[in-house]
Amino acid sequence: MTATPSYPGRWKRPPLFIRSRATRLLVYGGLALYLLAALSTVEVNWLRVWEGLDRGWRFVQGFLMPDFTTRWRDIAAGIEESLTMTVCATVAGIAISIPIGIGAARNLAPVPVYLVCRAIIAVSRAFQEIVVAILLVAMFGFGPFAGFLTLAFATIGFIAKLLAEDIEEIDETQAEAIRATGASWLQLVNYAVQPQVMPRLIGLSLYRLDINFRESAVIGIVGAGGVGATLNTAIDRYEYDSAGAILLIIIAIVMLAEYGSGIIRKRIQ
Amino acid sequence: MPVTITSNGRVWRRHSPMRDILGFAAWLALVAFFVFCWQVMTKDTMWVFVHDAPAQGADILARALPPRWSYLASLWKPLWDTLNMATLGTLLGTVIAVPVAFLAAGNTTPSHALVRPLALFVIVASRSINSLIWALLLVSILGPGMLAGIIAIALRSIGFIGKLLYEAIEEIDEGQVEAVSATGATGMQVIDYAIVPQVLPSFIGSVVFRWDINIRESAILGLVGAGGLGLNLQSSLNVLAWPQVTIIFIVILATVVVSEWISARVRRALI
Amino acid sequence: MLRVSNLTKTYRTGDKALKGVSFEVPAGQVVGLIGPSGSGKSTLIRCINRLVEPSSGTVHLGDVDVTALPRGKLRTARRRIGMIFQEYALVERLTVMENVLSGRLGYVPFWRSFLRRFPPAYVSNAFALLDRVGLIDHADKRADALSGGQRQRVGIARALEQDPELLLVDEPTASLDPRTSRQIMRLILEICRERRLPAIINIHDVLLAQAFVERIIGLRAGEIVFDGPPDALDTEALTRIYGEEDWAAMRRQADDDASDDAESAAQSREAAARLAGIA
Repeated sequence: MTATPSYPGRWKRPPLFIRSRATRLLVYGGLALYLLAALSTVEVNWLRVWEGLDRGWRFVQGFLMPDFTTRWRDIAAGIEESLTMTVCATVAGIAISIPIGIGAARNLAPVPVYLVCRAIIAVSRAFQEIVVAILLVAMFGFGPFAGFLTLAFATIGFIAKLLAEDIEEIDETQAEAIRATGASWLQLVNYAVQPQVMPRLIGLSLYRLDINFRESAVIGIVGAGGVGATLNTAIDRYEYDSAGAILLIIIAIVMLAEYGSGIIRKRIQ
Repeated sequence: MPVTITSNGRVWRRHSPMRDILGFAAWLALVAFFVFCWQVMTKDTMWVFVHDAPAQGADILARALPPRWSYLASLWKPLWDTLNMATLGTLLGTVIAVPVAFLAAGNTTPSHALVRPLALFVIVASRSINSLIWALLLVSILGPGMLAGIIAIALRSIGFIGKLLYEAIEEIDEGQVEAVSATGATGMQVIDYAIVPQVLPSFIGSVVFRWDINIRESAILGLVGAGGLGLNLQSSLNVLAWPQVTIIFIVILATVVVSEWISARVRRALI
Repeated sequence: MLRVSNLTKTYRTGDKALKGVSFEVPAGQVVGLIGPSGSGKSTLIRCINRLVEPSSGTVHLGDVDVTALPRGKLRTARRRIGMIFQEYALVERLTVMENVLSGRLGYVPFWRSFLRRFPPAYVSNAFALLDRVGLIDHADKRADALSGGQRQRVGIARALEQDPELLLVDEPTASLDPRTSRQIMRLILEICRERRLPAIINIHDVLLAQAFVERIIGLRAGEIVFDGPPDALDTEALTRIYGEEDWAAMRRQADDDASDDAESAAQSREAAARLAGIA
């Protein structure tokens, strides 16, 4: 009745992201041009790099065979400062974040409070720790106190923002049910909101503890206390084996913290 | 047991007395630990400086304003360098992160005993160490300049992208992998046909997200000599030229806002 | 054609999924594999293409001992065996065409598959198969844009694109509604007849199996307890496979379902007529 239809032997996959051919060429072409331009701005002093390879190799060796003993007193003091800064900043930061986070949740707070809290969050998130540290060191002088303030300030932006988002995503029917009992605003927060957001708040706090420790190793470079200052000195003196030791201690503490927080998070789930 | 039966009938309490005591003890321990840390931390603090801080702050603010707008003209080149460091560093980091992630994911690693722990260590080491520290090291090794900054950004990005990617690989639907292997596909073909399509959107999302973070980070890498806006920040701070510092902060802030907007747009388009 | 002898599988947990299973499937025969959950049906068909490594025993496909093949050669054996999956197992984010073409992965070098440059013969075959299962207009759609029944049709086309000598079908209807289930079963059976393709269909729905296949193997706790034509599957045999149950009541219920199905059968006959012109 009918002839066997013949089927095409070619098939082209439809484009993955951008449908229109012109836009696609424009976007990909533009990206390629930008990359070329970017690459051309990199000026490399190959002679300096070649000389540096030797130092690079010594760093690798220092990392593989770290020297914990020579500078142990400095390292221990730095780590102690970093750890205490981390704990204090995380606790204080979270304590301040909770009211701000509640205030920044649109479903709980009146508009003026909401705006003020969101503004605080935005300011805290806009500057990275190191910039804040520079300013605070200029105001409060060198040492871990400035570092503590820096980390606590950064914690507020992080925790309060995520907490506010969590609160905005709670199951509204539960809040409605509690409201229907004639509960006050505080009772509402306590009975309807807290049970829903608590597990994640604990998880976030542990995560922030981890971040704060990592940051505490950095802000020392600008004078805000912690192990960063020790590290800076070690690298300035080309003592790569001591630097390797410090880096390995940081890595070990971060690994421990991640492992520990993994266990705690599993238990509260 | 929250409900206990006494001579007066059933009594309800939220927790058993034992849990109440334990909970109280835990809070007490936390507070004690905080106080202890606080004391260790502040043992060398000069409280005079702390009391003086508001005055200092006001002083800096007074000197920082008005910003020296004429300085803006000399910031375009460092800003361009900053963007390029972030982009090239992200690309380099991504190129290294992809194989590391496949070696680290439990379902694609060639060896659970040796390769996987090694790849996981690379990821955690890269994640633990901030790009500023990498830059500090690399400037000391390679000399100051953008190259050190690019590599520093790349080294930090490996851990970030690698971690998100290997977690995505471990969460894929194994049924699709099974079906593609059943056709007689090789290992590489299984990766191409069954794994890549599943992880691609989240992978691109995390690369763009990292690029956004890297712009913030590359803006300050110059503090240790790695090129970009940070170099200007460092030299302005050295001579206490606060009006210039203000301008630099404004430029960094504007860049961060724009890049965050772009990255949010791209990521939303992908989902 | 396919000869399975003395196949056993013990999982690392110590569970004995298969305890010495032996059977043969001659060319062109469609076998239904039934049994309660956990009886080893799924393990058995996965041992045939070694998605699950059997602990002992052999699987011969023609003259080739599949169980003895090294990894590299296994690839050529696998491409001779098409497989259709329970949850379709399509790569959701690839297009329908890519999913069908993925059936040819065992035939092409990596660069061809990576660039999606399959030989023209494979591409036109894929179009023909998509037409056969009624989805030729959906070639460029992403697999996750299709309905359950359509996805399973793509799964069938993918298996056939391999140009297989044997079809392994794992619960093809488990995630489909009753009517689509029957349509899919009918399609699989028609294709097997057209191509004289032997198939092993793993299926939990006894009545669907009886209605469609020519031979039934009943598995219980990793052992074959029934092997015969569908008519021989009486109450006694069912009890042997599944244990005690009111089998008569189940059959009465099924008769009611079957009358509901008459309409869809007519529809499917029409579709088959249309397709006959193409094949």
